Amino acid sequence: MTISGNSKVILAMTTIFAIALGAYAYQASLISDSHLISPEDLVKMLQSSKPAKPLIISVGPHMLYAQAHIPGAEYIGPASDSNGLQRLQTRVESLPRNKFIVIYCGCCPWNHCPNVKPADDALRGMRFTNVRVLYIAQNFGTNWVDKGYPTIRGE
Amino acid sequence: MKVAGFSRIGLALGVLCLGAGAVAYALHHQSAARLSVPSGQRALAPDFSLPQLSGEPLTLSAYRGKVVLLDFWATWCEPCREEIPHFVELQNKYRAEGLQTIGVSMDDGPQPVRDFYQQFKMNYPVVMGTVKVAEQYGGVLGLPIAILIGRDGHIYAKHMGATDKSVFEGEIVRLLRQNGDSGTRRDVLRSASEDLESDQFVAQNGIVYCDKGESWPANTGSSK
Repeated sequence: MTISGNSKVILAMTTIFAIALGAYAYQASLISDSHLISPEDLVKMLQSSKPAKPLIISVGPHMLYAQAHIPGAEYIGPASDSNGLQRLQTRVESLPRNKFIVIYCGCCPWNHCPNVKPADDALRGMRFTNVRVLYIAQNFGTNWVDKGYPTIRGE
Repeated sequence: MKVAGFSRIGLALGVLCLGAGAVAYALHHQSAARLSVPSGQRALAPDFSLPQLSGEPLTLSAYRGKVVLLDFWATWCEPCREEIPHFVELQNKYRAEGLQTIGVSMDDGPQPVRDFYQQFKMNYPVVMGTVKVAEQYGGVLGLPIAILIGRDGHIYAKHMGATDKSVFEGEIVRLLRQNGDSGTRRDVLRSASEDLESDQFVAQNGIVYCDKGESWPANTGSSK
């Protein structure tokens, strides 16, 4: 099948556009649903009488953690930063690979969060099998604090 | 025939990509929350003195008499990166009339902010935020947050999440042309309904609710 010059242009433009749109998809939105945990479910876990609680790690910005965070959450640093990612890996290195870990950020709307996907990828790359990412749709204030969920103010 | 067939394929791909683009646009531009403050509940914007990138302190109350757009942002915040060029444009356009934009960076340190400032050719002062100031403004537990302060130093509106430039511009123009007092309840309700025709606003008991059903917290200006 011969291809005219104009058709080549059309094909090239649409291909480039498709690739650009693919790249435009924000990373957090690429996290599989099976990797997620809702705020409601995490609250139930925290408030249950069962002794086994997850290790909760904040992988977002310090200024957010310093204002308010989930009780028991450890601050590691933004996972979008190489230093933060390294600190995360160092923190969990000695843990059993079936350790239940919940990571969260809440800096921005989910589709714009630069931190949770790198953290999720890093932990799965280290062969952790029981990792969940707290799904925060808008931000930590709206989806956690304002809902009245357990919160620690300050560091 | 061969050309026509291939053009149909190209057209179909183009339509598919446009549709995908529309979906991506909708996902990207998630609805922001906007809260307008009725005149009876407008708190004085909490004063602060914070260091600018240059090291010189900036005190908010020094800008009394100007309309202040106070923007809490960070270099890693994608919606913030989209808003800031618009703020630069608005600052250029309305500086002479009395607009003063002030950025409050919630970054961990100033260096990335300095790089960002140069790259985005920011034309307004940027200070490094603190937990204390964030708490004074009701908590900055998500970005961006933009607060409009009138010439009288009172808070008139708070925008949580990325917001269209046209919304900011409409509010800025109204505030610039308003007199120095805190305005009337009727003016607030009328101005809110005028520029939010597509949003669902309900005015009840003098409180203007955005479509999310949220109202301005009564303890605005004080720590939670």
